[in-house]
Amino acid sequence: MRILVCISNVPDTTTRVKFVENSTKLDTGGIQWVINPWDELSLTRALELKDDPANNIQQITVAHVGLAGAEPTIRKALAIGADDALRVNADPTEAYFVALQLANVIREDPYDIILCGIESSDYNGSTVGGMLAEFLDIPSVSAVSSLNIENGEVLIDREIDGGKEKVTASMPFVAIVQKGIAKEPRIAAMRGIMMARSKTLKVTEPVSTEPMTEVLEFHMPKPHAACKFIDPEQPKQLVELLHNEAKVI
Amino acid sequence: MSVLVFTENWDGKFKKLSFELVSYATKLAEMLNTSAVVLSIGPVADEELRKLGNYGAAKILNATGDGLNSLDNQSWVNIIFQVAEKVDATVLVLSNNNTGKALAPRLSVRMKAGIGAGVNGLPKSTVPFVVSKKVYSGNAFADLLIRSEKKILTLSQNSFELVEKPGTPEIENYPVSLDPGTLKTRVKEVHKQTGKILLTDAEIVVSGGRGMKSPDNWGPLIELADLLGAATACSRPVSDEGWRPHEEHTGQTGKIIAPNLYIAIGISGATQHLAGVSSSKCIVAINSDKDAPVFEAARYGIVGDAAKILPQLVEAVKEIKGK
Ligand SMILES: Cc1cc2nc3c(=O)[nH]c(=O)nc-3n(C[C@H](O)[C@H](O)[C@H](O)COP(=O)(O)OP(=O)(O)OC[C@H]3O[C@@H](n4cnc5c(N)ncnc54)[C@H](O)[C@@H]3O)c2cc1C
Repeated sequence: MRILVCISNVPDTTTRVKFVENSTKLDTGGIQWVINPWDELSLTRALELKDDPANNIQQITVAHVGLAGAEPTIRKALAIGADDALRVNADPTEAYFVALQLANVIREDPYDIILCGIESSDYNGSTVGGMLAEFLDIPSVSAVSSLNIENGEVLIDREIDGGKEKVTASMPFVAIVQKGIAKEPRIAAMRGIMMARSKTLKVTEPVSTEPMTEVLEFHMPKPHAACKFIDPEQPKQLVELLHNEAKVI
Repeated sequence: MSVLVFTENWDGKFKKLSFELVSYATKLAEMLNTSAVVLSIGPVADEELRKLGNYGAAKILNATGDGLNSLDNQSWVNIIFQVAEKVDATVLVLSNNNTGKALAPRLSVRMKAGIGAGVNGLPKSTVPFVVSKKVYSGNAFADLLIRSEKKILTLSQNSFELVEKPGTPEIENYPVSLDPGTLKTRVKEVHKQTGKILLTDAEIVVSGGRGMKSPDNWGPLIELADLLGAATACSRPVSDEGWRPHEEHTGQTGKIIAPNLYIAIGISGATQHLAGVSSSKCIVAINSDKDAPVFEAARYGIVGDAAKILPQLVEAVKEIKGK
């Protein structure tokens, strides 16, 4: 069995973003780039599954659509334990474009399980995984919080509004994963970092397509009024303000 | 031409989120000089369907048939796609909840429609079609131009006011037949949490962080939530420690919510936590550290010990509620 983990390269989650060129581009100065948190967890789960020989997983590949600047992030995924990597050499301008490129490489060289994160912490779209599954015309299961293989059958926990479902899916499929899929992201060990250097990172060129969407301008959130502090000896005043002023209780 | 809006149902019932979707689609249809058509999938009584008419739906299509009790993304996408063609939908609106997130991207590919994901308001303009959406986990917003002729919008929950517009829409049955043998995903078990207000539905949320000190201290927090008709939530370390169930974890890697009131108790307000709650209409922070970043996001704050303040809040709410 072969697993593909799709990874997105995003600013560290504590970044205070700023924009340049008339608020049309992210100011990348000083940004630390990391593997999107959900993708890091997918990779961790894929590796956990591979650790158990009974699951018979031969290969875990990571795939990324992005420019050469993202290679440190890809190498990090290899250091954590992926066997090899693919990069489609293009600026990941929108989810549709990214999914189309991924579909294109997967059609050439199919995988049994494809893992995507529930969202990328930059554009917060929650769309790449579902789009990819539709391009490939294969099933998708979203909001996946656990994934196990038992006697060759894949068992998935999917979150629904107000609960959970146990779902099976026939391979190949795309699982769109969220919290719970793995506990803590696996960390690269020294040996992994050494080995990552010699692992294969294959670069392919993109196919062209018309853009569906385009960001015209970024805005910062509107600053809101400063916090009104209430005397800690008089918590009752808070309740009165919530009732009479904010009118939320 | 029309605006098509899809809503699921929960054991045959709609909820506020469905009515928000219909209100939104109706307003959007007005901007586009057309009307809103609703698609419901799965068994729902006519009486329940008619409730959607209160928010401006011009027509309701009710897809029923075997095998629709649980979500199979591919077959549901087929149904929505066929209906979108049938009613000549230029914009398709879905919720940004779990089901919407599962279906919308597939439909984007099928309909060749660009997506505005997680919008919380009407488009800024319809020609060209520009929506505002949250990016970088709420640290910024983007004006997104959707170039494609057809568009899909997913609406964030609790972000659009209900607008009543009573009418008597035509209800049309849309029979579908799914051959269970061909479904590629299958639901084996369902576990539902009952009798609790869902965090994503709640209008008021009371949330605790590490400053609550111990899982044994949650009593007054839960009491406060019960009195307010609120759901309970927590920060990530609290659920990681097992002090509270995982469903309560809010933030970037947990649930993203937008209640009218969010009360953060003993939560420092890390960016990853605020990413999940910054769309709340009113944030209250209770924290012993006056420099905690949570106060930057809060409208009201108390600097003090949660263990002391919580019981007093409980009493004050009881008084106001006349209990
Ligand atoms: C990739 C990534 C994703 C993350 N995602 C999330 C997420 O989704 N959600 C999330 O919550 N976190 C997330 N985090 C963790 C986040 O960075 C913070 O560590 C976390 O939010 C802190 O939780 P806390 O506020 O409960 O605890 P702390 O930061 O320890 O804060 C506790 C607060 O309680 C106050 N306090 C202490 N004693 C008292 C008292 N007696 N009375 C009142 N106040 C008191 C303290 O002043 C302090 O401000 C993520 C981190 C990473 C790296």
